[in-house]
Amino acid sequence: MIVEIGHFALVLALCTALVQASLPLIGAARNNAAWMAVAQPAAQGQLLFVAIAFAALTYAYVTSDFSVLNVAANSHSAKPLLYKVTGVWGNHEGSLLLWALILALFGAAVSWFGDNLPATLRARVLAVQAMIGVGFLSFMLLTSNPFARLIPAPADGNSLNPLLQDPGLAFHPPMLYLGYVGFSMSFSFAVAALIEGRVDAAWARWVRPWTLAAWVFLTAGIGLGSWWAYYELGWGGWWYWDPVENASFMPWLLGTALLHSAIVVEKRGALKSWTILLAIVTFAMSLLGTFLVRSGVITSVHAFASDPERGLFILAFLVIAIGGALVLFALRAPALQGGGLFAPISREGGLVLNNLLLSTATATVFLGTLYPLFLDAFGAGAVSVGPPFYNATFVPLMIPLILVMAIGPMLAWKRGDLAGALGRLSFAFIGAAAVALVTWRLRSDGPALAVLGMAVAAWLLVGTLVELAERVKLFRAPLAESGRRARQLPRAAYGMTLAHAGLAIAIIGMTGASAWKQEEVRIMRPGETVAVAGYDYRLEGVERVQGPNYFADRASFTVTDGDRVVAMLHPEKRFYPVQRMPTTEAAIHTTGIADLYAVIGDPDGAGGWTVRIFHEPLVPWIWGGLLVMVAGGLTSLSDRRLRVGVPARRRQIAAAGAGA
Amino acid sequence: MRRRLLFLLPVALFAIVALYLVVGLSPERDPTLVPSVMIDKPAPDFVLPGLFDDGQGLSTDDLQGQVSLVNFFASWCVPCRAEHPILLRLAREEGVPLYGIAYKDQPDDSRAWLAELGDPFQRIGVDLSGRTAIDFGVYGVPETYVIDRAGRIRYRHVGPLTPAVIEETVLPLIAELRS
Repeated sequence: MIVEIGHFALVLALCTALVQASLPLIGAARNNAAWMAVAQPAAQGQLLFVAIAFAALTYAYVTSDFSVLNVAANSHSAKPLLYKVTGVWGNHEGSLLLWALILALFGAAVSWFGDNLPATLRARVLAVQAMIGVGFLSFMLLTSNPFARLIPAPADGNSLNPLLQDPGLAFHPPMLYLGYVGFSMSFSFAVAALIEGRVDAAWARWVRPWTLAAWVFLTAGIGLGSWWAYYELGWGGWWYWDPVENASFMPWLLGTALLHSAIVVEKRGALKSWTILLAIVTFAMSLLGTFLVRSGVITSVHAFASDPERGLFILAFLVIAIGGALVLFALRAPALQGGGLFAPISREGGLVLNNLLLSTATATVFLGTLYPLFLDAFGAGAVSVGPPFYNATFVPLMIPLILVMAIGPMLAWKRGDLAGALGRLSFAFIGAAAVALVTWRLRSDGPALAVLGMAVAAWLLVGTLVELAERVKLFRAPLAESGRRARQLPRAAYGMTLAHAGLAIAIIGMTGASAWKQEEVRIMRPGETVAVAGYDYRLEGVERVQGPNYFADRASFTVTDGDRVVAMLHPEKRFYPVQRMPTTEAAIHTTGIADLYAVIGDPDGAGGWTVRIFHEPLVPWIWGGLLVMVAGGLTSLSDRRLRVGVPARRRQIAAAGAGA
Repeated sequence: MRRRLLFLLPVALFAIVALYLVVGLSPERDPTLVPSVMIDKPAPDFVLPGLFDDGQGLSTDDLQGQVSLVNFFASWCVPCRAEHPILLRLAREEGVPLYGIAYKDQPDDSRAWLAELGDPFQRIGVDLSGRTAIDFGVYGVPETYVIDRAGRIRYRHVGPLTPAVIEETVLPLIAELRS
């Protein structure tokens, strides 16, 4: 019964979305306030109905109702409760429902907090958002119904893919979807602005927090996914340039560009049509990611259950949504009023360069990801261009980007003083040179690129801190004065400092992990010792252990550095009998500077075990850097939200004053 | 007017990409059939250093006088991982001589990869620059070539080998070339 209610709620949500997508749009065109006002209750109703559907499916999962096809295919009664709940979105149908839920949530948020938007803009934004909702809800109801029944019901289910039964992955899809769907908001605003024919500072002020929120979630989602791949796949790598990873990386790159170009629209009124285009293409990349993962056009380590028919539906949706938006762009964007002029060397110039480099980087990732598909048109199969391609194309684009990142914030709007900025960055230059020298002295065996990587990371880190110090006039004014300035600095400024510094930290981690990783693969018997990067790993033994829905071979390593015991590592090779599938659970001990990483493989039948030991220098810095970036985004967001609310609040106070 | 055309550019580019995506979805798409200009031509001349320290490299001369497979692989290549068990089976159960070419892959990584998954190859050449792959006309890894006794390329498979390709195409072709 509850399952049928869920199905019914989904149909109602689609009906509500259809109303929301049409009436407010017509109302905005005819300036009919009543029709426009339909958008708000419709958006909230859509959220309510999708939430009911989501709750119904969660209920079916928690109670292990195997008469529901989706539950039977993806859950199992012996699965821990956490994975019963996360199993809701660990499959194609359920993850679509999560998409729709987040989409409706964002729409409802505009209806709640959008009081200070012009009425026509708000009606149009909500209508466009509802059109996306119509696409996803009808996709679910027509091709991927999560509530389909299975009669007769099986005694037990197939369970969730064991690789996905992991806390890191459990929360990775919701984060990613919050990011993807967050860009739908920027898309809706862009399309609404094209229909309105007006882009102004108020528009940009509204788009930025949404883009920033989406960016924060996407950063966290990519970080979680990468972390999961690092410890769960047991290959000791954290980024594979896999199509599915790239699918989340492309919207991130473009979203980062959008974040920066929206600043120019807000502060200077320039780059309007470019920002609109970016907003459209960023969301296109989100949809493309969905398409690639679910259609099976490209092979990947973690593709969803794929189906060409579903692929066709998403493709049709992609063509209508993005094609339509781009046609609208071609028709309306030339009429947009351009804004402030600026010299090439200026804050705007720096941001334009940022946009150019990020867009080009996205294009290289796009080509690398879809290259097999382009080849397919000529009949070839799933080949991989792999890291050599990206190292040759993507990395060289990042280096100028990072160099400019430290300089850009030092330049003034309209016309900047490059010599002055470089002069103030002399500390950063000294820092970069010192780090390069130290790196080269310590690790003369490593690749030359590693020295460069460490140097640019130091340049960015010191440059970012110098910029903050400049703003508060540290050491130039009395400390009390600097403290006062530091308190008055807007949160957005701290957000930028944190985000840029976080990237610098992450680059240090990525450089170290790529350049100085050490790896040892061998057969070991209990009692044997292997030395990797100065640490001795002694295999104490391997025992059979029983988990809730798996059994495992659990190895014990004692890791020593000289006489000091550093850690006990317990890697496992698990076997999930329901799916007849093994997984590896790497054991990782982090020293903060490096990860000691052990994986146990198969027995050789003669008392020995295949063992892989990785020494992963600086890898923890990658996650640390990403966390700092997320913190930067959140800090900036806390500032924006206040500013967005300020005009409305001021008006209320004024009204209250007038009333009294 | 020229400005207008510029604004049409995004939608035009998108149309091209969408067209490719449609082709990608086509159910008749068969990744195994790759016409190659190299078919029935002698394998290109190459001399590659070996992967292991035993001094054995790989060169065109090694491909003469027997029916063999040449497989381009890399440790960073995910599809290669997928096809690896098939290569092991080919070498162990079917007794097909397999020659590997490690494409743009650090020798340390290739060695670790083979130590982990097993080594089906009789000899392995290291193609760090990717030059030999260009001569073969490789699109990307993995790719596999069937070479006849005279050292000519007779078949080319792009992408990971599948059991179906092995049973229906590769093994019958090898049997035919051997007889």
